[in-house]
Amino acid sequence: MAKTHVTMKVNGAEVEGLVEPRTLLVHFIRENLLLTGTHIGCETTHCGACTVDLDGMSVKSCTMFAVQAQGAEITTIEGVANADGSLSALQEGFRMMHGLQCGFCTPGMILRAQRLLQENPSPTEAEIRMGISGNICRCTGYQNIVKAIQYAADKINGVEFKEAAE
Amino acid sequence: MIPGPFSYHRPATVADAVKLLSTLGEEARPLAGGHSLVPMMKLRLATPEHLVDLHGIDGLKGIRREAGRIVIGAMTTQHQLLASDDIAKSLPILHETAMLIADPQVRYMGTIGGNVANGDPGNDMPALMMTLGASYRLEGPSGGRDIAASEFYQGAYFTSLEPGEILTEISIPTPAAGHGYAYEKLKRKVGDYATAAAAVVLTMAGGKVASCAIGLTNLHETPLLAVDAAKLVIGTSLDAATLKKAAAAAEAIMSPAADARGPVEYRKHVGGIMVTRALTRAAGRAS
Repeated sequence: MAKTHVTMKVNGAEVEGLVEPRTLLVHFIRENLLLTGTHIGCETTHCGACTVDLDGMSVKSCTMFAVQAQGAEITTIEGVANADGSLSALQEGFRMMHGLQCGFCTPGMILRAQRLLQENPSPTEAEIRMGISGNICRCTGYQNIVKAIQYAADKINGVEFKEAAE
Repeated sequence: MIPGPFSYHRPATVADAVKLLSTLGEEARPLAGGHSLVPMMKLRLATPEHLVDLHGIDGLKGIRREAGRIVIGAMTTQHQLLASDDIAKSLPILHETAMLIADPQVRYMGTIGGNVANGDPGNDMPALMMTLGASYRLEGPSGGRDIAASEFYQGAYFTSLEPGEILTEISIPTPAAGHGYAYEKLKRKVGDYATAAAAVVLTMAGGKVASCAIGLTNLHETPLLAVDAAKLVIGTSLDAATLKKAAAAAEAIMSPAADARGPVEYRKHVGGIMVTRALTRAAGRAS
C-alpha cells in the first residue's frame, strides 16, 4: 500500500512522516514520533487512555487515522508541563491528590481534563464527572481524580484548594 | 488491532465526493466522524478498499435557519450541537439527546449525519428525527432529493441511500413555541447504546395534550414512531390510566433483539417505562 506523507504540529514542534492510510494516529505518535506517553488501552474507543488534544478537541487517537490529522495541532502528555519543566496545575493536582495509582489512564485523564478546564474553568463536581466519562480508571474509583481536577481548577483560578485526598 | 488496507481520499466538494463514491463502487465508504466505522474496521467487520473522508468539505458543516426550519449540515458534530445556543433555545430536545450519546471524546468527532445515515438501530438521532418530522437531503450521481426521516430506515444498517449517495443535510421544522419535550434513555453505562429509549415532543392547550409525537430507539430493527400511542394521549391530561394505555400501545409495536442488554420481555417493559417517563416530563415542560 502506497504511503502518504503527513505533517502536523505535535507539542509545538513540526513533525512529519510516511504512513499507510490505515496507520492509526496513536501508532504514529508512539512508533514514528516515539512519544510513548500516550497509552493504548482497550483499542475499542471505550477507555480513553489514548486521548490527545487535537485542534481544540479531546480525541481518542486509536479511533482516527494519522492521515486525518494532516496539518493538525496536537498536544500529548509530553507537552503539558510548564515551559520551565515544572508540573502543570493538573499534573500537580494529580500528584498532590493522589489522582493515580498504576498511572496507565493518567495521560488520557490529564489531556481530557485540560480541555475540560479550558472550556469550563470552574466546573462543578458533576460536570467534572461527566467531563471525564470517556476515560476509564480501574484503580482510583475516580474520587481523587475528581479532586485533582478541582485542585487544578482552583490553582488556575487563584483560589486555595482546602480538601485533602481521600 | 490494525484495520485492513485502504486508499484514502479527501474531496473538497460534495460533487467530488459523489463522483468518487460512484466511480470507486461498492468497496468505497464515506468517512464522517468515523466512530462507528473505524472500530468496525479495526475488528475487520468492515474492510472498505477506499475511504472518502468528508471532513474536507466545508459546505457540510454548520447550522442555519430557513423559513420555519433549522437546517444542520451532516458533518456538524454532536459537540457543536451542544455548543450551539440556537439549538439550546429552539431545539432543546436535540441538546438533551446529544448529551446522552457516547462520551465527550466521541462527541467531538461523531457527526449528526453519520448518526442518522448509517442505519444502526442503536443510534439515538434517527428516532428523534422521526419524532421531529425531519427530512434528509441526499446528493447522488443523478442529482439531489429530499426524503422524510420516517421513510428513510428500512432495516438494520439498511437505508434508502442509493449507491453513490451521501446524506448532506438534515432539515427540522422548528417546534412550536412552548412545546414540551423529553428524551428518556435507559443505558447500562455512559457510552452504551440504549437498552430502550423514547423521544416525545408535544404541545398542551388548557391542560390537555394538543399534539404529540413519540419515537422509539433500539426497540426494533429500525427506529419507530409510536403513532397509536401518540393518538391515545391527544385530548387527555395524561392521567395514570392514559399513560398506561399509551405505554401498552407503544410496547405492542416493539420487537427488540434479545442481547446483552436483556431479553425481549425486559426491553419491551422498560421501553414502555421510557415512553411513560418521556410523556410525563415533556408535559411538565410544556407551556
